[in-house]
Amino acid sequence: MYSKYLNHALMAVLITAAVLTACGKKNEAAKTASGELIVKIGQVSPLTGPQSHLGKDNDNGARLAIDEANARGVTLGGQKVKFVLLSEDDQADPKTATIVAQKLVDAGVKGVVGHLNSGASIPASKIYFDAGIPQISPSATAIKYTDQGFKTAFRTMTNDRQQGRVVGEFMVKKMGGKRVAIIDDRTAYGQGLADEVEKAVKASGGELVAREYTSDKVMDFSAILTSIKGKNPDVLFFGGMDPQGAPMAKQMRSLGLKARFLGGDGLQTPEFLKLASAAAEGVTASSPGLPIDGMPGGKVFREKFNAKYGVIQNYAPYAYDAVTAMITAMEKAGSAEPAKYLVELPNIRFAGVTGEIGFDTKGDVLGGAITLYRVKAGKWEVVETVVSGSVPKK
Amino acid sequence: MDIFLQQIVNGLVLGSIYALIALGYTMVYGILELINFAHGEVTMIGGMVCIAILQALLPAGSVPLLVALALGVGGAILVCMLLGLAIERVAYRPLRRAPRLTALITAIGVSIVLQNTAMLIWGKQYVSFPDVIEIKRYEFVGAHITNLQITIVLLALLLMLALLVLVYRTRLGRAMRATAQSPDLAALMGVNPNSVIAATFIIGAALAAVAGIMVSAYYGLAHYYMGFLLGLKAFSAAVLGGIGNVAGAMLGGILLGLVESLGAGYIGPLTGGFLGSNYQDVFAFFVLILVLVFRPSGLLGERVGERA
Amino acid sequence: MTPSWRRRWQHLKHDRRTVIATWLVMGIVLALLPFVTGDLLGRSWVRIIDFALLYIMLALGLNIVVGYAGLLDLGYIAFYAVGAYLYALLASPQFGMHWPVWAILPMGATVAAGFGVLLGAPTLKLRGDYLAIVTLGFGEIVRIFLTNLNTPINITNGPQGISLIDPVSIGGFSLGETQSFLGITLPSTYAYYYLFLALSLAIVFISIRLQDSRIGRAWVAIREDEVAAAAMGINTRNVKLLAFAMGASFAGVSGGLFAGFQGFISPESFTLFESVIVLCMIVLGGMGNIAGVVLGALLITIFPEALRYLGDLQQLSFGRVLVDPNDLRLLVFGLALVIVMLFRPAGLLPSVRRRREFSADESVLSQEQASLYDTRR
Repeated sequence: MYSKYLNHALMAVLITAAVLTACGKKNEAAKTASGELIVKIGQVSPLTGPQSHLGKDNDNGARLAIDEANARGVTLGGQKVKFVLLSEDDQADPKTATIVAQKLVDAGVKGVVGHLNSGASIPASKIYFDAGIPQISPSATAIKYTDQGFKTAFRTMTNDRQQGRVVGEFMVKKMGGKRVAIIDDRTAYGQGLADEVEKAVKASGGELVAREYTSDKVMDFSAILTSIKGKNPDVLFFGGMDPQGAPMAKQMRSLGLKARFLGGDGLQTPEFLKLASAAAEGVTASSPGLPIDGMPGGKVFREKFNAKYGVIQNYAPYAYDAVTAMITAMEKAGSAEPAKYLVELPNIRFAGVTGEIGFDTKGDVLGGAITLYRVKAGKWEVVETVVSGSVPKK
Repeated sequence: MDIFLQQIVNGLVLGSIYALIALGYTMVYGILELINFAHGEVTMIGGMVCIAILQALLPAGSVPLLVALALGVGGAILVCMLLGLAIERVAYRPLRRAPRLTALITAIGVSIVLQNTAMLIWGKQYVSFPDVIEIKRYEFVGAHITNLQITIVLLALLLMLALLVLVYRTRLGRAMRATAQSPDLAALMGVNPNSVIAATFIIGAALAAVAGIMVSAYYGLAHYYMGFLLGLKAFSAAVLGGIGNVAGAMLGGILLGLVESLGAGYIGPLTGGFLGSNYQDVFAFFVLILVLVFRPSGLLGERVGERA
Repeated sequence: MTPSWRRRWQHLKHDRRTVIATWLVMGIVLALLPFVTGDLLGRSWVRIIDFALLYIMLALGLNIVVGYAGLLDLGYIAFYAVGAYLYALLASPQFGMHWPVWAILPMGATVAAGFGVLLGAPTLKLRGDYLAIVTLGFGEIVRIFLTNLNTPINITNGPQGISLIDPVSIGGFSLGETQSFLGITLPSTYAYYYLFLALSLAIVFISIRLQDSRIGRAWVAIREDEVAAAAMGINTRNVKLLAFAMGASFAGVSGGLFAGFQGFISPESFTLFESVIVLCMIVLGGMGNIAGVVLGALLITIFPEALRYLGDLQQLSFGRVLVDPNDLRLLVFGLALVIVMLFRPAGLLPSVRRRREFSADESVLSQEQASLYDTRR
């Protein structure tokens, strides 16, 4: 009866089976030749696509920490361990993020540094939570990430609420911005940050004269910038990343839009300086944490990183601190087993590259210093550091 | 009022960029009825190659600026022409008699290959166009315009006129039109369809290269992913004007640019703040759909009767 | 001449016992697949198979629009998005509603079908590439609305998406947790596999019946020659709208399942690229042929994931990893598309009709060829 479909159905199943068996699971050794215990740590970020330069940066930061830990030799519970970094590409896509999250869980990672984007970290966090594997994101700033109540979700980057508040207040009070315009790129990150800035601006007594939107793939902003120009703002804040911020700054110049330009941590990168060249002058941007040279370990980190991987793009120090946090907690617990060191994570305190690292009950990083930078003579210079709450010593 | 004028200027410039790219789309479609999805990627490669050449020649300081620019532009155009030829030969020619969807999927495949090859060659970073062009700003009844923007608009117009002359006043153009109507009959008349099609691709690719150079010079940066959105917008522009029609591509491009600019600027006031500039693409597509409902073959498209 | 083993097989196919035995074996393979895959390759591969099944449903839906009715739809993913968001809105903290899945899925199918009619209505007069751009625009419009409907009233929660969506729950069993069933532990991904498999088989069945029905033949008629079809008394308007509606309804169901499965949706999952991928699945697999479409969906979902292992392959052949496998993944995918299309332009498993169009059999070709001047389809 259905015999004519038999051929086709059989072929379909056979070909699929062949493809599946072709990619067999590697039988990985649990111990190295010298009897060290292998501890796998996962790293997920977009390694392909428009944000791949940031993704690779996270990867490099994590790798630096892993290599240093291996070089100094870590012992857990009397056993020498060797750390191995398993890097995966989530393409900043939520669906891919869940697939690679499951893949890492299956591979037996003891912890995950990632993901880079909030939109990817949030769905993946459920998978890590179900498996009981701690996840520390170096760059996801959406409030929802720690609001979900997953005990395994942490981050070393201050969230949008803190950053937005500081920037908004700074714009109105310190920069004298009475008329404020805000643009966001309609991504989870850009919109989240812009919303918080808007709230803070209004709370500080500023007037929002324009709220415009773009997307994270566009290069032309003349239409919305022209529209904003007609409203005569003093300051313009952009919630988005450097590949958009740079042409935006340039187009502001050519259109004669005289407002001061501000951005969040997505703009505070060397890439921005390179892409915007002359138009970058005078642009202000915020970044969580202390300025890298203002930290005890900052300069050293920068030199080590530059030697191996080149210029720091943005979040590499946070990825570095995320790995250090994990290893510190493992050492405190005397074990690399997630169940054991997860309980230690909220208790650790150490001087990380980005500042004093400690986590609160939700998993957000304590302390939350925000530094504001301004471009002077083609370089980012520190304007002010705002510390919202000090880190209690334990 | 000056804001309105500025938006018009913005729209014209953006539209000219779309028109430049749309010209290539429409030429290939006219002859092969193929949506060359890889066209956006060829544009991107034009920009990237030009930047690469400039970055290689300039820092040394030994090469004078004009020479470097000429080499950059010429090199990019040459590379793109060869690329267009290669794509046609390898990917499209074997599929001349295949159903249109097959060729479409192949075009998509080629576009993905080009994108990722560019990523492997030039990296994932955004590359910036060297700061060599001196931007002069002019003010005109309250609207600001730069010399670069004027160049883009004039160039698009010039190239379109040149293309029209080519298609309607030269032997090659006549051969192209003949091949577009019927390759077999044209062959009987002494036209080599393969050469004509190859020439079409080469010219289209050259136009794409120019567009790519202009885009990366104007925005100051290039990235391996930028061809996707540009290609999409240009394709919409070509369809809007009537795909297969050279003047239509120009008209569609300018119109799309204007609609996007004015839309982004005025949706807010028009809807009383209910919708904002975040709906500018919706507005643009809405206008496109409206036009197509009333003129199903685009603004200047021919009414092709149903083939029996 | 057909080879002798082929003839043997064609004889065997009609032997009742062989047919039943083969179906039985395949049934057992399908039933055990998640356990075998999970043990051999890891649970993430079962997850990939789950996604593959969702894509199979999607591809079969698009197959109706593009394969049967010949309407080039580049915005198909919008219906998937509609189904997913409907589920998310009715079963998550967003509105505080928690409707059961058996209520939401039919609603998703209906609402998506409604959107299909909405898309189809203004496009009835458009042919070929104009239809393509309008459907593309429609897909983008839906996505932009989903990204921005968070002010003034928050409906879709904008770019941040909706999270903490209720997992699918059947008869009290939540598929989101590992369950124990007759002594076997059934992890969540395995449970979803069976659900998706059941629904996929249902959709395959519906597709087969549609193909052989009057509607199916009407679709083929308007695809091949719309004027002749109208002359034969087919109401082309209704038939086209029905194609859009049916195709959309499959996507609506699949979308709802996707939302429940992933627990989080955001507009980023419903881009133009996704629409294009689904189109590639059916063209690559063999348009109009159900088995081909299924194969295309399977291959295109699994292939890029398999390419992640390119690093291991390089390690084996060159002793070290030359190029990061992640960089190569999409490149190889694009190359695969081009190569398959060059060598099998009708797809991997073309339908019988198309094979005739492409066959080198001279007698068939001369019959099919209309006139000397009619060089393009």
